[in-house]
Amino acid sequence: MSEAITTKIDSALFTANESEEDTEICMDVNNLSLYYGEAQALKDINFKLKKNKVTAFIGPSGCGKSTLLRCFNRMNDLVDSVKVEGEIILDNENIYAPGVDVTSLRQRVGMVFQKPNPFPMSIFENVAYGLRLQGFKKRRLLEEKVEWALKGAALWDEVKDRLDESALGMSGGQQQRLVIARAIAIEPEIILLDEPASALDPISTLKIEELIYELKSNYTILIVTHNMQQAARVSDETAFMYMGEMIEFGNTNTIFTNPAKKQTEDYITGRYG
Amino acid sequence: MKNWFNSGTPWIWLNAGAISIALVAVFGLLFLILIRGMSHFWPANVEAFYYQNAENSLTVIAEIIESETVPADTVRDIDIKEGNITRYLVKTGNRDLLGSDFRWLYDIDLVRYEQPDNVMVLERIEWGNFYGYLNSVYEYDTKVSNEGNLWSEFESRLKRSADIRQQILDLEQGEIGAINYQLERLRLKERRLIIDNELSDSALNKITEKRKALKVEYAGLLKQTQVLYRDINRDSIRATVMDGKVVSIPLEKIVKAWQPNKFTLIEKLNFYVSSLWSFIVENPREANTEGGIFPAIFGTVMMVILMAILVTPFGVIAAVYLREYARQGVVIRLIRIAVNNLAGVPSIVYGVFGLGFFVYFLGGNIDSLFYPEAQPAPTFGTPGLLWSSLTLALLTLPVVIVATEEGLSRIPVSLREGSLGLGATKVETLWLVVLPMASPAIMTGLILAVARAAGEVAPLMLVGVVKLAPDLPLDGNFPFLHLDRKFMHLGFHIYDVGFQSPNVEAARPLVYATSFLLVVVIVGLNLTAINLRNKLREKYRALDN
Repeated sequence: MSEAITTKIDSALFTANESEEDTEICMDVNNLSLYYGEAQALKDINFKLKKNKVTAFIGPSGCGKSTLLRCFNRMNDLVDSVKVEGEIILDNENIYAPGVDVTSLRQRVGMVFQKPNPFPMSIFENVAYGLRLQGFKKRRLLEEKVEWALKGAALWDEVKDRLDESALGMSGGQQQRLVIARAIAIEPEIILLDEPASALDPISTLKIEELIYELKSNYTILIVTHNMQQAARVSDETAFMYMGEMIEFGNTNTIFTNPAKKQTEDYITGRYG
Repeated sequence: MKNWFNSGTPWIWLNAGAISIALVAVFGLLFLILIRGMSHFWPANVEAFYYQNAENSLTVIAEIIESETVPADTVRDIDIKEGNITRYLVKTGNRDLLGSDFRWLYDIDLVRYEQPDNVMVLERIEWGNFYGYLNSVYEYDTKVSNEGNLWSEFESRLKRSADIRQQILDLEQGEIGAINYQLERLRLKERRLIIDNELSDSALNKITEKRKALKVEYAGLLKQTQVLYRDINRDSIRATVMDGKVVSIPLEKIVKAWQPNKFTLIEKLNFYVSSLWSFIVENPREANTEGGIFPAIFGTVMMVILMAILVTPFGVIAAVYLREYARQGVVIRLIRIAVNNLAGVPSIVYGVFGLGFFVYFLGGNIDSLFYPEAQPAPTFGTPGLLWSSLTLALLTLPVVIVATEEGLSRIPVSLREGSLGLGATKVETLWLVVLPMASPAIMTGLILAVARAAGEVAPLMLVGVVKLAPDLPLDGNFPFLHLDRKFMHLGFHIYDVGFQSPNVEAARPLVYATSFLLVVVIVGLNLTAINLRNKLREKYRALDN
């Protein structure tokens, strides 16, 4: 089964590579640096994120890839000592400009975390959470949206009969897909996935990867992963990070088959990390 | 030996021993107050002691409370100085005739003692118990009983008088009380209009008319009670006391009558349960040494519930600020230390603060702002239920703050991020995710607070608890919940009955019974809270993967 998926993804990669030239730019990262107090965690990062593509961040633990991911929805703001320099342009607007509404930014840039974190509510309420925050009140509309989101996260068939049961009773893989459904319910433009499959078993991981592949057509996806096979399987573009610097950024096939930098090659071939 | 020591076995024994001692102490305490308190309601047999010496003879009818054998020379009020002597502490009742309820009896010149079948015990409205023999029943001045129907006639007439007494009570406390309350409110309304210079003729007329109507109603009710009072005075009994004197006792003065020596075990049990029940549901009489303790139970529960309602929002809001919003630094650490130290302040200090700040300052200002018409009589400027609850809320605030903070710190960051990541603001995240998940911890704080508050007496003596409160803080008169009223409290009741009452010896069993009930009330309140917490825990059980 996994082979079939891989070939499917490979062929998708192939077609994606074909049309590389026409893709729009979704986000533009310029000279981004981030400090935790005195310590610099990200050093002068520059790259352009392509729309409706999956971009993977790889690198050893502590290299700053999660920190970078959390810059896109300003989740780092929650840490008191963080200071950010440089800019991230989304729709011609720097998201770090003063006066930016962080909550509406986070509605545009959804995020899924390493561990499934459903709220202690029913499955329905979990998915409706973000919608209710946006002011949706009509039950019928909520039901439609929740169904759409759950279908989008390939979870609908498994939970349609127990929407009112607690989300905490689901399996880890289901919970992670629920969290993805919760994220896409508010229809973001970009979805950030922070090691979404690291806490899951191989079957659930496979399902998540399939899902990422499905979602790609509608969303721009950023994924942080420790698993290089996974990065190779699901992503169109890959960034290799090391010690807070972006060592190499480019087409996934190129990075994995013919990396430009020695550090990248060492890491991918397992000589480092 | 050394091996045994190193094996850790002695340590286990030490721990188990400590636990055992604690358990024995707790259950011993409960058992003691249970036995001492609950035996009071048991209809013990009544003994008749017959004494005879050269000069005179004496009969004593009494319940034996305790008996002991002591060396004769240790007893001061007898002449014999050799050998041992057995003495009995007995309850003779008949305080109005004998001057005291209890006396010591010795087995000198004691001819015999027995349990005569037809001894009668009366629980009276005044003067405590009566012990004696029933002779006859009278309606006005006519004897209506004969040998055959003496007891049954007495019982049926006693039931009638009890019914009438209840009717009078209902009338006086219910309807007449309500009219008095309305009249008082009318008076205050009128004064208020006078003070505000808004007393127009039409308003005055309205008030006068209303007052007139109330007074007419009052007169009608008064007439009804007068009729009832005449009715209740109809019957009386003649009874022989132990020294042969015959007394007349109006049935109106008798609460309950029984012949314990005739009781079978089942009847005794029955009597026991009904006595216990009336202890729980009735009002106290005779400076709290007789009757029930219902107002005290009610006051205690009411005060604790109000305290819980007041302390929860304060504590939670404070904890949320300290944990979620405040920048963690020296100041917050100092505040936290201060909060923890507040928990160690002696409770009487809170009482003094409550009296000075809540009662005199806050209450006084509320009175002059909102109740000028009642001046100079204070409304809130005097100790009362609200101030008691507030004082105890303050006293238990640290517990709630600490427990809530603990709960907030245990909510996984991933859940907060999950909510924030969906575009929720911090407040939304707090209300929708964090606080519901912290609710079991908040309940834990509340449980500790309730346990502390329900047992607290010292500060309450300053800010609202009284020996006898005629009106419950919750009744049928608008606005139903009277926060300004003084109230009775089980803890204070124990102190009052045990140490401040005119008849300490008679009231001692009530001290134990009340203590036991206080423990039961606290356990009950705690179990309710614990039950609620377990439900919340089940609902918001933390993520385990």
